[in-house]
Amino acid sequence: MFSKILIANRGEIAVRIIRACQELGIHTVAVYSEADLNSLHVRLADEKLCIGSPMSRKSYLNIENIIAAAKATKAEAIHPGYGYLAENGQFAKRCASEGLVFIGPTPENLDLAGDKITAKSIMEKAGIPIIPCSRGTIDTLEEAVRFCKKIGYPVMIKATAGGGGRGIRICTSEEILREEFAVARMEARAAFGHDGVYIEKGIVDPRHVEFQILADQWGTIIHLGERDCSIQRRYQKLVEESPSPRLTPQLRLKMGETAIAAAKAVKYFNAGTVEFLLDQEDQFYFMEINARIQVEHPVTELVTGIDLIKEQIRLASGERLGYRYEDLKPRGWAIECRINAEDPERNFLPCPGVIEEYHPPGGFGIRLDTHIYQGYELPMFYDSLIGKLVSYDLTRDGAIQIMKRALKEFRVKPIKTTIPLYLKIMDDPFFRQGQFSTSFIKKFLPEEEDET
Amino acid sequence: MSNGLSVTTAKRVEVRAPMSGIFYRKPAPDQLPYVEVGHTVEKKQVLALLETMKVFQKIKSPAAGKIVEIATENETAVKDQDLLFVIEAQS
Repeated sequence: MFSKILIANRGEIAVRIIRACQELGIHTVAVYSEADLNSLHVRLADEKLCIGSPMSRKSYLNIENIIAAAKATKAEAIHPGYGYLAENGQFAKRCASEGLVFIGPTPENLDLAGDKITAKSIMEKAGIPIIPCSRGTIDTLEEAVRFCKKIGYPVMIKATAGGGGRGIRICTSEEILREEFAVARMEARAAFGHDGVYIEKGIVDPRHVEFQILADQWGTIIHLGERDCSIQRRYQKLVEESPSPRLTPQLRLKMGETAIAAAKAVKYFNAGTVEFLLDQEDQFYFMEINARIQVEHPVTELVTGIDLIKEQIRLASGERLGYRYEDLKPRGWAIECRINAEDPERNFLPCPGVIEEYHPPGGFGIRLDTHIYQGYELPMFYDSLIGKLVSYDLTRDGAIQIMKRALKEFRVKPIKTTIPLYLKIMDDPFFRQGQFSTSFIKKFLPEEEDET
Repeated sequence: MSNGLSVTTAKRVEVRAPMSGIFYRKPAPDQLPYVEVGHTVEKKQVLALLETMKVFQKIKSPAAGKIVEIATENETAVKDQDLLFVIEAQS
């Protein structure tokens, strides 16, 4: 086991990783930008090093400075958290060449996860169901029109280099495709540096159901059940739960086995997530493997009792997996709301600023992963997630009641947050019956401007 | 106009940051700035981008007119209500 780990991240996930390390008796090194001197992860770690100026590419994405910080503090391993360098194959390779353990998948896993077209063709060969999709990029409008005629509308134009829901355009007809195709290519170039796009069949009102995967160095791969992340706005997840109210035990078994087969097909290592779209006829399709710990990992932890960060560290240090999903006897229901510093009344505009009043909820069945505290100034440079509020109870209804109570208790002022939106969702009759798809959120949103 | 004369009076219009963020004068690092001093702009024309907590919003011109001052450097942090542009508006 490692004796010292550097955490190459900030915010709630850095705090989460530091806590896991402390419980394992591992010393921690926090790195921080000039805008984060007062951030909680810096206060909690055993050692701290400033790695650059506030803009992320000069600090949290600055590979040279992070490697130098690990060397200077004699850390043995680096935990990248999520975002930033977590899925950067070059960074993982660099760690290896510097004699540092990257706590995460192999560089090959990371490169493949970032190359969605190759990943899908590997899955197809392994017999994993995939969404009908163009082979390689589509470079001309004529080619696009011909392909879409074959697979049928709606279709989605996606940037090969995209992610996090960015670089996606939906076309419901040939007319719209003709309008959008050139725009999608230009957008891809502007956002990701090259204009490669591919086309995929659109699934109407699907659910987003993903399976947590763990894999050791000896090829043992298990899943830890599913998370339903269907409640999203612009492909950004807002509410997640485990288990999914939609899955029957039979479907869970089938999807879980498919998730393991998908991970095996790419010789996956460490923690990851296999994402599926589930349509209204119980057909599910592989979407992608997220080669990192995910924001929504706590809901899996609460129903399985497994600390996923500790498992990531154990697996990276070479330990074996000694259990399967069935052995854990998962029970109860967990729901997570991502509390963002955004104003749901004003098209989710971000709200940086000083938190003058802070009262976190607590009590039975509540977990709050956050890096904020009274007097903390939310920097404008980083994303708007200020905390993950997670409720747990033996039943879904119980977990919803606990979440409602906790949301009402939660006070963060004067910044605007998404708490009022979640209170409405918890009271929605369809949500309460577990009936929702990825388009569920629309009814809670005012007519959005098509541009921000 | 009936008398053949059109009288335009120039009015100074300030464009200020709607919130704190990072100010970008270009759509991408390798592209030209949206506008330069001396350029004529339309109402609602994009003048710059502002990135706040990883969300980008467009800064649009509140009026048609001419850019007479760009008060902030590219890729610098601005605070809520900091002056970004001065426009001589046609009225």
